[in-house]
Amino acid sequence: MAMLLPGIRKSTINGRKWIIHLLLILAILLIGFPLYYGFVISTQSLDEVIKVPQSLLPSGYLLENYVKVWNRIQMGRLLINSTIVAVVVGLGKISIAILSAFAIVFFDFRGKQVAFWMIFITLMLPVPVRIISTYQVVSTLGWVDTYAGLTIPLIASATATFLFRQFYITIPDELVDAAKIDGAGPLRFLWSILLPNSGANIAALFVVMFIYGWNQYLWPLMATNSDNMRVVVVGIASTVPTGTQLPEWNLVMAAAMMALLPPVLVVIFLQRWFVHGLLETEK
Amino acid sequence: MKRSIFRNRWLPYLLLAPQLVVVVVFFFWPAFDSLRLSFFKVAPFGDREIFVGLGNFIELLTAPEYGRSVVYSFVFSLGVTTLGLVGSLFLANLANQKIRGLPFYRTAILWTYGIAPPVSGIIWLFIFHPSYGMLPYLLSMVTTYEFNWLLKGWVAMLLVIFAAAWAHLGYNIAFFLAGLQTIPESVIEAARVDGAGGFELFRRITFPLLSPVTFFLFLMNMVFSFFETFGIIHAVTQGGPGDTTTIMVYKAYVDGFVNLRMGYSAAQSVILMALVIVLTVLQFRYTERKVTY
Repeated sequence: MAMLLPGIRKSTINGRKWIIHLLLILAILLIGFPLYYGFVISTQSLDEVIKVPQSLLPSGYLLENYVKVWNRIQMGRLLINSTIVAVVVGLGKISIAILSAFAIVFFDFRGKQVAFWMIFITLMLPVPVRIISTYQVVSTLGWVDTYAGLTIPLIASATATFLFRQFYITIPDELVDAAKIDGAGPLRFLWSILLPNSGANIAALFVVMFIYGWNQYLWPLMATNSDNMRVVVVGIASTVPTGTQLPEWNLVMAAAMMALLPPVLVVIFLQRWFVHGLLETEK
Repeated sequence: MKRSIFRNRWLPYLLLAPQLVVVVVFFFWPAFDSLRLSFFKVAPFGDREIFVGLGNFIELLTAPEYGRSVVYSFVFSLGVTTLGLVGSLFLANLANQKIRGLPFYRTAILWTYGIAPPVSGIIWLFIFHPSYGMLPYLLSMVTTYEFNWLLKGWVAMLLVIFAAAWAHLGYNIAFFLAGLQTIPESVIEAARVDGAGGFELFRRITFPLLSPVTFFLFLMNMVFSFFETFGIIHAVTQGGPGDTTTIMVYKAYVDGFVNLRMGYSAAQSVILMALVIVLTVLQFRYTERKVTY
């Protein structure tokens, strides 16, 4: 365990760094293996997949497999649905959180504490603890199989509200006073001063909420019946072959790769925002 | 806290309205309705409700299969949490050294946050596949033990634990890395001057200083594995073989939506609600600012 922190003596530093590199590379290969294995399988033919052990090198059926499964489960439609859900949930959470936090920080009104606690309590009510009744509400509203049903029940956000509240509290009083002297009303202040300064927080939250929305499973499973309204994470589960079906795991993995690519790319390319958003929302 | 504010009689309510409407309609009302339903038996298709008092709860607490699902839930959650925390603490320590290529290493670990738990489940399902999977194949070379998740409950449990822990790795690492970065360089240097080496340094300095983060992550991993892994069970094992991976959330879903026992399912939701309240209260009482440094 001597590799945990580099030593102070110069002679040992290089040796230790070398070990750290080695361990990190091994760890990364281990973590990445399931993804790599899935990818390799998605490029093989059915014959290659059922010949155990499979080759661990990509084969030549990538395009064929991806096109085949794309058509079979209407992948285009699934991806569009997931994108809509992820974007609407992300933007929806951010919008209503900004409005709530603005009201809580910049106004005095009766019932402020109550409103704050009502929002806080949603943290204790994740979907699984109110499945049946939430479904009944959505069904009463006639929202089953609609985008409204898929998204609106998910857009309350205590964490986003807290994040914006924390941020607004740091806005100096002078800024508010100056706005008032210039004759700006509250909405003007929100639009012209707060929002332009919230860019970093909005971007960070959006990345986290986008991934949250994309990766939902239980709620989209319940809130939709028709194949046209399925999201991709739910849709690909239907490709897993059962007992009597052909073991077309190459197609399953092709579908899985397409389902995980968008959120993984978001994490990789927007990593700074993502880490910031993740750490901030959980405070 | 006194600060400069705007004056308006109705605007704050209007601003709060969208959030509060969603909260009341989709959170409070369903939660209240679940609580109410838990005292009723509902005829299939919901046309008649019969008050049964604590009947549903008594039935649950005396049903061996409910007791088992509680045990499976804790085995699963503690498995995911232990594997996740130990693995990510080790990795985060490695990725917090002063070495070249660190941004690359961090990205190569953090990307796992993007994987949806059910997608992870499907990939691991193939790795564990009794006929085609890599793992049973490799094990068959060293043992004759039948490593088949369709037949052995513990193998199925291992499968879903791996799938959940893998999908949650990026989350844990992000927090451990942030925690490690708050440890002042001077503290580490001082310990080194006093002669503390690698593991000693970790055991006496780094780990104690990380304990607030570790405790926070312990709670968040429990919440994750109890409430956000439904998709793995549903897409991969369907609670089986037998009921060996039927965790509480999955059972509540099956009893409500498949067996159409609304009241019985609602009672399970109420028990889960109590659990998440405990975890949330612990989280807000004992983590973050309240913990000393």
